[in-house]
Amino acid sequence: MPEKKADKATDAGVEKGTDAPADGTSDAGGTKATATIPGARMRKKPVAGTEPLLKVSGLTKHFPIRKGLMQRKVGAVQAVDGIDFEVLPGETLGVVGESGCGKSTMGRLITRLLEPTGGTVEFQGRDITHLSTGQMRPLRRDVQMIFQDPYSSLNPRHTVGTIVGAPFKLQNVRPEGGVKEEVQGILERVGLNPEHYNRYPHEFSGGQRQRIGIARALALQPKLIVADEPVSALDVSIQAQVVNLLDDLQQEFGLTYVIIAHDLSVVRHVSDRIAVMYLGKVVELADRTSLYQEPLHPYTKALMSAVPVPDTKRRQQRERILLKGDVPSPISPPPGCRFHTRCWKATQVCKTKEPPLLELKPGRRTACWHPENAPDQAPDDKA
Amino acid sequence: MFAYLIRRLMAAVVLLFVVSAITYAIFFVLPRLAGSTPDQLAAQYIGKSPDPKTIEAVKQNLGLDDPVYIQYWDFIRGIFAGREFNFGPDPSQCNAPCLGYSFRKHVEVWPEMLDRLPVTASLAIGAAVLWLISGVTTGVISALRPGSFFDRAAMGIALAGVSLPMFFTGTVALALFVYHWEIFPNEYTPLTENPVRWFQGLMLPWFSLAFLYSALYARLTRAGMLETMGEDYIRTARAKGLKEPVVITRHGLRSALTPIVTIFGMDFALLLGGAVITETVFSFNGVGSWAVQSINENDLPPILGVTLFAAFFIVICNLVVDFVYAAIDPRVRVS
Amino acid sequence: MTGLTKTGAVGEPVPADTEASSFLDIRDLKVHFPTDDGVVKSVDGLSFQLEKGKTLGIVGESGSGKSVTSLAVMGLHTAGQYGKRRRAQLSGEIWLNGQELLSAEPEAVRRLRGREMSMIFQDPLSALHPYYKIGYQIVEAYRVHHDVDKKTARKRAIEMLDRVGIPQPDKRVDDYPHQFSGGMRQRAMIAMALVNNPELLIADEPTTALDVTVQAQILDLIRDLQKEFGSAVIIITHDLGVVAELADDIVVMYGGRCVERGSAEQIFDRPQHPYTWGLLGSMPRIDREATDRLIPVKGSPPSLINVPGGCAFHPRCPYADVPADNASRTVRPELREVGSGGTPANEGVAGGGGHFAACHLRQEDRERIYTEEIAPKL
Repeated sequence: MPEKKADKATDAGVEKGTDAPADGTSDAGGTKATATIPGARMRKKPVAGTEPLLKVSGLTKHFPIRKGLMQRKVGAVQAVDGIDFEVLPGETLGVVGESGCGKSTMGRLITRLLEPTGGTVEFQGRDITHLSTGQMRPLRRDVQMIFQDPYSSLNPRHTVGTIVGAPFKLQNVRPEGGVKEEVQGILERVGLNPEHYNRYPHEFSGGQRQRIGIARALALQPKLIVADEPVSALDVSIQAQVVNLLDDLQQEFGLTYVIIAHDLSVVRHVSDRIAVMYLGKVVELADRTSLYQEPLHPYTKALMSAVPVPDTKRRQQRERILLKGDVPSPISPPPGCRFHTRCWKATQVCKTKEPPLLELKPGRRTACWHPENAPDQAPDDKA
Repeated sequence: MFAYLIRRLMAAVVLLFVVSAITYAIFFVLPRLAGSTPDQLAAQYIGKSPDPKTIEAVKQNLGLDDPVYIQYWDFIRGIFAGREFNFGPDPSQCNAPCLGYSFRKHVEVWPEMLDRLPVTASLAIGAAVLWLISGVTTGVISALRPGSFFDRAAMGIALAGVSLPMFFTGTVALALFVYHWEIFPNEYTPLTENPVRWFQGLMLPWFSLAFLYSALYARLTRAGMLETMGEDYIRTARAKGLKEPVVITRHGLRSALTPIVTIFGMDFALLLGGAVITETVFSFNGVGSWAVQSINENDLPPILGVTLFAAFFIVICNLVVDFVYAAIDPRVRVS
Repeated sequence: MTGLTKTGAVGEPVPADTEASSFLDIRDLKVHFPTDDGVVKSVDGLSFQLEKGKTLGIVGESGSGKSVTSLAVMGLHTAGQYGKRRRAQLSGEIWLNGQELLSAEPEAVRRLRGREMSMIFQDPLSALHPYYKIGYQIVEAYRVHHDVDKKTARKRAIEMLDRVGIPQPDKRVDDYPHQFSGGMRQRAMIAMALVNNPELLIADEPTTALDVTVQAQILDLIRDLQKEFGSAVIIITHDLGVVAELADDIVVMYGGRCVERGSAEQIFDRPQHPYTWGLLGSMPRIDREATDRLIPVKGSPPSLINVPGGCAFHPRCPYADVPADNASRTVRPELREVGSGGTPANEGVAGGGGHFAACHLRQEDRERIYTEEIAPKL
C-alpha cells in the first residue's frame, strides 16, 4: 500500500516528495481510510466461545445426472458430501482445494444460491438451509458474494453506479444523502474514482472491475462475504492490491470472510483458519500457522509441497511429494478415504473405511487414518 | 454411439406420429370443432355442385361419421396397408402408402405425388450441390482474407442474394435466358428421357435457387470460419508445421461446417417437400406447384398428402443431420 | 518500422560459424500490430540468447509481450495471415541454429515448426482439436516431417504417450481429447510437441490451467524430458514460482520490453529492477512466515498503444523521482549490465550470462534500496 511505501521512503531517507499525488491515481489501492489503520496490522484471533456467525453441518450437494429418453437419474455428482465447519465473527476462513473438490459449490450453498441436498446451514443461529428466495431476501443484506471473473460477473449494460447501487434498490434501503452519494462513497472506499459513477464496466481494467464487484458486495455493509476465487483472474501485481483491499475492509467494517481459492499462498495470506477440501470432503481444518508448519493430512502436505516457490535455493533442498495421477471424478469417488488412490501412506483401512474428521490436536481437525505429525489412527493396518 | 443412433431413431418415429396426428387434426378435427357437419365436410371434398349421393359416398369413404380416432386409425392403416375407396367410375384399391384420394380428380394422392417427385428432387438436389459448393467456397475464401476485395465483393453479392426473392431472380433469369437469348428450354424433361435436355432445362432453376441459398451459406460459412480460424487448435495445427491448406480444410473447415450441416438438412428437406415458388416461377410440374394448384382448387387430399410428405422429409433429414453430427463431433456421441 | 527487415539490408554480418553464436539469438525483436486506435507495440525491442540444454524463463504480466514473443519465434504471427489488414509487423532478427527466421521464406519456417521448434500452450483442452483422436493428432505432427507410413507413426505416437506418463498408451491413443483429464491432455500436448525431437521447446503458461498437484507433475516432466532430449526450453509464465523451479536464465518483461535479465539466482537473490521487486513483493509466499501485508505495485499495466514515455514503468514506480533530471519520464533506460559500469546489453557477450537491468537508478541506489527496503519485507 502506498502508505507503507511512504513509510519506507522516509525510513530509508529517500526524498520522495511527489509520492503522495501519485497515490491519487484511480487504481492505487490506498485510500484515506487506510491511513487510520496502523501500518503493522494486528491479526485478530477470533475469540473462543463466541457464537459462530455461520455454522454448517453435514452439508451435502449432489447434482443428479440424468440420461436416456426418460431422463432417468443414473448417478450424481457428489460435489459436496457432508462437510462441517463454522465461521466465527470477524475471522477469515480460507477454503482451498483442487478443481472438482466442491469448494465453489460449497460457497454457493452457504450463500444459498444453491439449495443443499442435505445438512444444515445456520446463519447467526438461524437455520437458513431451506429458506425460499423470498425468505432469503432480507438475509441477502448480511451475506454477500464476490465472484471470480470480473469480466462476466458485471452486467456490461449497466453503469458502475447502477451496479453498486442495485442492492439498495433490491433491499429498499434509502441511505441518508441518497443512493448516489452513498455509492460514490463506497467507490472511493474501494479505491475507485467516484467520478466514474456513470462509466460502464468495459472501461475498467480487470483489477478495477474486481473492485467494482467488491463495492457491490460491500454496499449494504454485510456481515459475511463469501469470495470465490476473488483474485485468481488478476495479474500478480493487481492481485496484491485486491488482497490488501479485502484486508483493509475487514479491519474497517469488521467483516467476516469465507475466501475460496485454489492458490494456497493467497489463502494462507488472507486466512485465519483454513479448510482443505478434497472431492467434496473437508480433509483438514486448522489455523493457518499450524496448517502450514505441520500439516496433519497427507493431502495438505502434498498440496503445499507442490506449490512452486520463487526461490532458486529451494529448488534443490525442499522435499517434494509428487502425487500420482489426477483428482478422481466426483461422480464415482473412491470408497473409504477419497484420497487413498493417490496417497503414499494408504493401507487397507483407507480403502474401505472413511476416516472421520477428528480433532487430533487442539483446534485442528483432520480426516485421516495415518496423519502426519500426529498419532496414527490405525497403526496396525497393513498396506 | 449405437445407443445414440437408436435414441434418435426412436425419437424420429415418435415425432412422425405426432406430426401426422396434428396434420390429420388440422384437416379433420378442426373443421368439426368449428362447427362443420360431416355433410359439409364431405361437400368440401367434392368441389362444385355436390349432390347428396356423392356427399354420402365421400362420407362413407372417409368414414366421416365415425369417431375421430377411428378415422385417424383408418388413415394411418391406409398409409401402411392401403385402403379402399369406392368412388367414382371405378372402385379402386388405394395401395400402401395410401395418402388419400382426390375425389375431384379421381386419382390417388401417392402415385400422383410420385410422378412429380423426380421434378422436385432434381431441382432440389442439383441446386443443393451448387449452393453448397459455391456458398462454402466463397465463405471460406472470404473468411481467410477478411476485408479483401474478394471478401467485400462476395459479401455484397451475398447480401443481394439473400435479399432478392425467388420470384424476382427467377423471373429475370427466365426473361433473359429463355425468352430473350433463348439459351435454355423452358420445360422439364425427365432424366430418363433425355439427360441433356433434363440438364439444360434445370440449369436456370438450379442457378436461381442456388443464388438465393449460396448467398446465405457464404455468409454462414464466413462467420463460422472466422470463428474457427481463431481457435487455439488452429494455432496448434500451425505450430505442428502443417501446411496451410491442411490447416484450413482438415482443422478449420471441419469445425466450421458443423452448424452448416444443421441448416442444410432443414433447407434441403423443405425443398424436397416442394420448392413452391421456384416450381411456380419456372412452371415445373413438381410437388410444390401441385400443392399450390390443389390449394387454389380447394382439393384437400393432395394438400394433406403433400403436408405429410414434407413433414416426413423434414424429420428424416433431421435424423440424417443428427447422424452426420455424431460422425463429425465425437463429443456428441459420448454425452 | 514496416514489414520485415531483411538482415542483409541493414548490413548485419551473418555469423560465420554457428558455433560462436547462440543456439537461439533474438536481436531487437519488435512485433507491432496496427489497429484502428493506433499501433499496438506488443514487443518493442527485445534481445536475448538461449543455449541448447538450457531453460529460459520469460516472466511478465498480461500484455507484457511474453506470449507475442514466443509466437514470433514460431513464425505464427504471419502463418495463415493473408490480407494486409491483419498482418503483424515484425522486425529485428531471430537466429535459430544459425538461420535467421524473420527474413526466411514462410515455407522454410513452416518446415522448422514442429520439427526444430515446437510449442505447448496454456489450455490443452482448447489447443487440441476436439474432433480428432489424440493419436491421430500426434501422428499428424509426426508425418508432416517424417515420410513414414501410418503404422510406424502410430507406434511412435504410442511410444511418446508412454514416455510422457500416460497409462495404457496403446488404448488411450484412440481417445478423444475430451476423454482425457486436464493433466493428461497437457501430457498429450507435450508428447505431440516432442514427437519430432525438437531442439527448441516453447511452453506458454503450460501449467496455468492445471491444479497445483498436476502442475508439479508437469513441471517435473518438462524438466526430465529436457535432460533426456537436451533441447533448449523457453518457459513463459506469470508465476515467478514456476520459473524458479525450472529456469536457468530469466527475462522479466514489462510493456513489451525486457526490464531485467539474468540467471535465476541473480534475479531471485539480487533483483535489480523496481518492477521485479514489485512482482516479488506482490506474491504471497508459502515458503516464508506470512507477512501481514503484501507490497503491491500501484496502478495498472500500461497501454501498449501509448506506452508511457521514458521508462515505461515510471508511472507505477515508487522510485521514479530518484534519478536526476527527470530521466525516468524522458529517457528510455537501456538494458545495462549490473555492476560492470553498465555495458549495454547488446554489446555484451551473446549469451554470456550477465545480469542486466533497464533502470535509471544508479547501481548504488538500487543495491541500497533492495537490501534496506525490499529484501526485509519479502
